[in-house]
Amino acid sequence: MTEAGKRGDAAGPGAAGATPGGRILLGHGSGGKLYRDLVRDVFVKAFANPLLERLDDAVALTPSGRIAFTTDSHVVQPLTFPGGDIGRLAVAGTVNDLATAAARPLALAAAFIIEEGFAVDELEAICASMAATAEEAGVPIVTGDTKVVERGACDGVYVTTTGVGEIVVGHELGAQTVCDGDAVILSGGIGDHAVAVLAARGDFHFSADVRSDCAPLWSLVEAAVDAARDVGEEESLHFLRDPTRGGLTTVLAELAEEAKLGIEVEEAAIPVSPAVRSVCDLLGYDPLTLANEGKMVLVVAPETAEALVAALRVQPLGRDAAQVGVVTSAHPGRVALRTVYGTRRVLDMPVGELLPRIC
Amino acid sequence: MTRPADAVPPGALKRLAADLAAEASAALFRRGSSALTFMEVCGTHTMAIARFGLRDLLPPEVRLVSGPGCPVCVTAMGDLDKVIALARLPEVTLTTFGDLVRVPASHSSLAAERAAGADVRVVYSPRDAIEIAAGEPARQAVFAGIGFETTAPTVAAALLEAQARGLSNFSVLSMHKTMPPPLKALLELGETDIGGFVLPGHVSVVTGSACYEFLAREYGVGGVIAGFEAHDVLQALLALARQTRPAIEIGYGRAVRPEGNRVAQRLMAQVFEPCDADWRGLGVIPGSGLRLRDEYAAFDAERRFDVEAGQPLEPRGCRCGEVLRGVLDPAECALFGARCTPEDPVGACMVSSEGACAARYRFRGIDD
Repeated sequence: MTEAGKRGDAAGPGAAGATPGGRILLGHGSGGKLYRDLVRDVFVKAFANPLLERLDDAVALTPSGRIAFTTDSHVVQPLTFPGGDIGRLAVAGTVNDLATAAARPLALAAAFIIEEGFAVDELEAICASMAATAEEAGVPIVTGDTKVVERGACDGVYVTTTGVGEIVVGHELGAQTVCDGDAVILSGGIGDHAVAVLAARGDFHFSADVRSDCAPLWSLVEAAVDAARDVGEEESLHFLRDPTRGGLTTVLAELAEEAKLGIEVEEAAIPVSPAVRSVCDLLGYDPLTLANEGKMVLVVAPETAEALVAALRVQPLGRDAAQVGVVTSAHPGRVALRTVYGTRRVLDMPVGELLPRIC
Repeated sequence: MTRPADAVPPGALKRLAADLAAEASAALFRRGSSALTFMEVCGTHTMAIARFGLRDLLPPEVRLVSGPGCPVCVTAMGDLDKVIALARLPEVTLTTFGDLVRVPASHSSLAAERAAGADVRVVYSPRDAIEIAAGEPARQAVFAGIGFETTAPTVAAALLEAQARGLSNFSVLSMHKTMPPPLKALLELGETDIGGFVLPGHVSVVTGSACYEFLAREYGVGGVIAGFEAHDVLQALLALARQTRPAIEIGYGRAVRPEGNRVAQRLMAQVFEPCDADWRGLGVIPGSGLRLRDEYAAFDAERRFDVEAGQPLEPRGCRCGEVLRGVLDPAECALFGARCTPEDPVGACMVSSEGACAARYRFRGIDD
């Protein structure tokens, strides 16, 4: 028996038939038997749940409240990095987008664009990671789609996840509800995801003891909502956003612009791990502009801030939560950073590609 | 988790700033002048000063101006046009460091050429360019080399490796420059009353400090080689203000030796020789560039490819040249922050993250 055949057997009954040679073939995208086998042996097996097992083109959900709906595509390279992989990223990304609307995730759909020749065991590993992350977030993956493209037409695998969630608060969240005096809270240290991926990519010839923070944040947001309720002011929670691409700086700069208010940020209050800091020093990056995949920015009324930070800190994903800034009616549309040196400057959105300095 | 404040004891910077104010008054009295102007030469210093907001901490009588130490910024328009012409050759894969890609040349930029189909790739080290040459033998991998004594040795090492591996499809367009000559040129021009230099930390790791001695000896201008933390820069300014006789000091002793890094110096001297070079803002400075020695002519992109670049055309209204000479403050340029921003730059100093204009714009004061 060939190596590939053994791999197929190891994947479980029927897998050998689904994946001759242990590689994705163009035929897997054809809609025929190979395709059905792939769906059954890889996706249904990984994401097992009654809704998915019906293999309907659409599933019926019966939420009781208001609905949030979002989608997100994931094209990360390398596919696996310390602390995560494209599968974990794809599930966490969409769960976190729902969480920014204070929505409990109800169901996810997953669409795969796979390059011809991609190893099936690698696909299975990605699906296992998605399944584990979805379980962590308490959400089933109930439907999906698969396309196979010719070798070279995509880079391994791209994963798009779409999510539906049930909004658990009665009021509107968003920049328009943010007020002068509101507290800006950050759920933990920043920059870990970007640095972990950069290091795994190997372009910079450095190794860093940094793991991506990639994680689904619904439990954290739920704790924040509960904390606001306990204080008696659910409406005091005004704004939630996850600082992914563009980092904390981009979230705050966009918020200031949308809310037509200013924000004062304390650099000294922003948690950054020593490893992230040293990579930033080396390559000339600003940690405030680096991507995160497991952090949340929360803007709340000042009287709720303390209770909320305390509630976040007892959560495993919010241990380093801290208030990092305050909303002000001074300098509307702009974010001011008070540096650790006591100086003050504007925080501007980063421009263009992330590039290391050369000198 | 740590916070950046862990790096400096609380209040240390404020104390340094207070010491600087006291020393500056004494120095002004000694020198019989009304202001102390110091120049930070290195682009990384320019960025650090802006990012830390150090200008806020300076006493009013101390003025800090940026010098010609951002490699992308000082690259002359004619050289940029040459890079574009090379990138347009169908057989060429042009590799370079990131910032150069966005710099406007006379009629185009590498980013625009890339969008139009040219094979332009950003590399993080010249060794990556060699791997491209090795992996794609049918292509001509050209490395557009910019930078000072910090980057030139790594390019020299890469070239020697390409030679050892017999990679005949690798070549270098050397636009490398050395740091001491433009400082001499600035002092010769005498446009700004420079009271002392904050000398580059990374460059000096390679060059050592001896190459700057002429500044004190021949021009009576002192210098302090500085590291890149906020307190490094303030300490360098303080040391400059304290100098009763102009001297070259090492304020970055954790990395810089007087003799420099001899291995890197040897590598550089083996592959390169000094040549005249054109600097944006300063013009042609004798002996300020590095070209490939004749022994390595086979790896010289300039000799391998016959490219003609037309007459260089500077963007209208752009005053990068004056900024690079420390004559003009970036904010004094009419284009600054209006027609010229990091998103849509007119001049090179607004493109590079180490450019004086980009650093000033990105980290401007909240009320500016």
